[in-house]
Amino acid sequence: MNFNKVYALGLRHMYLISNSLPRIIDLIYWPTVQIFLWGFISKFFTLNSEYYSNTVGIILTAAILYDFLFRVSISFNMMFLEEIWSRNFTNLFIAPIKISEIVASLTFTAILRALIGMIPAAIIAIPLFGVSVFKLGMPLLFLLLALYLFGITLGLLVTSGLLRFGPSFENIAWASLFFLAPLGCIYYPIEILPNSLQIIAKGLPLVHIFEEMRSILISGNVNYFDIIKSISISIVYFILGVIIFYVSFLGAKVRGTLINMGE
Amino acid sequence: MFIQIKNLKKKFNDSFAVNGINFEIDKDRTLGLLGPNGCGKTTSIGMILGLIKPTSGEIIIDNKNLDTFKRDEILARINFASPYIELPKKLTVRQNLEVYSRLYGIKNRKERIDEISEDLNISDFFERKTGELSSGQKNRVSLAKSLINKPEILLLDEPTASLDPDIGDFVRSYIQNYRSKNKVTILLASHNMAEVERLCDSIIMMKNGKIIDRGTCKQIIDKHGRNNLEETFLKLARSKSEF
Repeated sequence: MNFNKVYALGLRHMYLISNSLPRIIDLIYWPTVQIFLWGFISKFFTLNSEYYSNTVGIILTAAILYDFLFRVSISFNMMFLEEIWSRNFTNLFIAPIKISEIVASLTFTAILRALIGMIPAAIIAIPLFGVSVFKLGMPLLFLLLALYLFGITLGLLVTSGLLRFGPSFENIAWASLFFLAPLGCIYYPIEILPNSLQIIAKGLPLVHIFEEMRSILISGNVNYFDIIKSISISIVYFILGVIIFYVSFLGAKVRGTLINMGE
Repeated sequence: MFIQIKNLKKKFNDSFAVNGINFEIDKDRTLGLLGPNGCGKTTSIGMILGLIKPTSGEIIIDNKNLDTFKRDEILARINFASPYIELPKKLTVRQNLEVYSRLYGIKNRKERIDEISEDLNISDFFERKTGELSSGQKNRVSLAKSLINKPEILLLDEPTASLDPDIGDFVRSYIQNYRSKNKVTILLASHNMAEVERLCDSIIMMKNGKIIDRGTCKQIIDKHGRNNLEETFLKLARSKSEF
C-alpha cells in the first residue's frame, strides 16, 4: 500500500472541507444539536426516572457515542458520493491506485471528519450538562474503536450498493443507520426487545458496546471480555464489508457502470 | 506493437457493444477512433482504461496483458481526458493538480505542475475553483491533469467537444506540439473530422461494435471515392451494410 496515494485521496477531501466554511459548520452543527436535544432529555430523565436517577448523563453519553458511529458512517458515504456528484469517478478509478488504497483513504479520512464534529460536541456537554464522555476512561477508546470499525463497515456496505445500483442508491445511504438503530439498544437495555429480536441484536456489536457503556456508568465495572467481543464482532463485519466492496467493484466493471457514474 | 487489441468483445445484457475488434497502435503514433454514437468507442476506451471488464479478448500494452498484469502499474503509464468527466469542482486548479500529481506518484510535483500550467496557459486562474471556470478553461485543466504524469499512452475522448473554434484550435495545436516533443501514443475518439485529419496517423471506423474500415485518412477517403473524411464518415455511417 502506498501511503502517499492514501494521503493524496485524503487531501482531496480535506481541501474540500477547508475551502468551505458552510461544510465545516455543517460538520459541527449536527452533533452539537444532538447534544442539546439529548442533554435536555437526559436532564429530564435523571430528575424523573428511578432507573437513571443515580446516573446523570447516561443517555447523553449514549447519544455522543451513537453520533460518533453515525458521523463515521455518513462521512465514509459522503466522501464516496462527493466523487459521484463531482463526476470525478472516472478520473479517480483510472488513476494508478489500488482499491485497498481507496478504502484505506476513506477509512482514515472518515474519522477525521467525525472527530471535527464530535470533539466540540463532547466538550460542550461538560459545562452545559455536567456530562463528560471521557469519564468512561480507557474503555472509551476501545468502545470508539468498535464503533469506528462498525461505522466504516456500514459505509462500505452503502458504497457497495452505490457501485452496484448507481447514484439511485443514495437515499439508502442516508437511511442505512436508522435501520439498525432500534436493534442497537442505544438508549435502552436489550431486555426491552422481544426475544426474537434479542437474538438478532446480539449479532450486532452495538448492543455489546452500549450495554458495556451503561454497565460502566451505572456500576463502574469494566468487563473487558464484552469489550473484546464487541471489537471482534466489528472486525468480522468489517472484513465482510471489504469483501462485499471488492465484489461490487468487480461487478461494476462487468456492468460498465464505472465509466458513466455521475449525477 | 505498443498496444494490441485482440478479438475484444463486450456484451451488455443480450447485445454486443463491442464485437470482436482487432487493432494495433505503434509506439508514438496516433490512432483515430471514429464512428457514430453508440458504435462502441467509449466502451472500447473504457476497456483499455480497465474500467470495463471485457467479455472476451485481450488488451496488451507494451507486451503486458491488462487482465493479468498489475492494474496500477499499467495505469501509471496511461492517462485520459474527456469533456464528459470533470475534476472536483470545489477544489482550486492548483489543489486538483496537486492531488492528481500525488496520485500519479510524480516526484518533482511543483516543477511539473508549474511546467504544465505554463504550457497550457492556466496559471492565471490557478487559485480559482475548478467549478467556476469556463468550458474552455476547464478543458485545459482537464488536459493538464491528463498530462501530469507524462503518459506514454494518452486516450482522448472528444477533447475539443463544446469548445469555441479558437480554444478548439489551441487544444489541437497543443496536442500536436506535445506529440512532437514527447514520446506519446495517442488513441483519439472524435466526431470532428478536421481534427482527426490533422492529428491522426491512421484511423479505424467503427459501427455496431465492429471495425468496418481502417487505414490512413487519405487511403479511406480515396477508397470510398469521397472528397474528405466528413463525407466518407457520412457514407459509412449511413450505409446499411457493414462492409
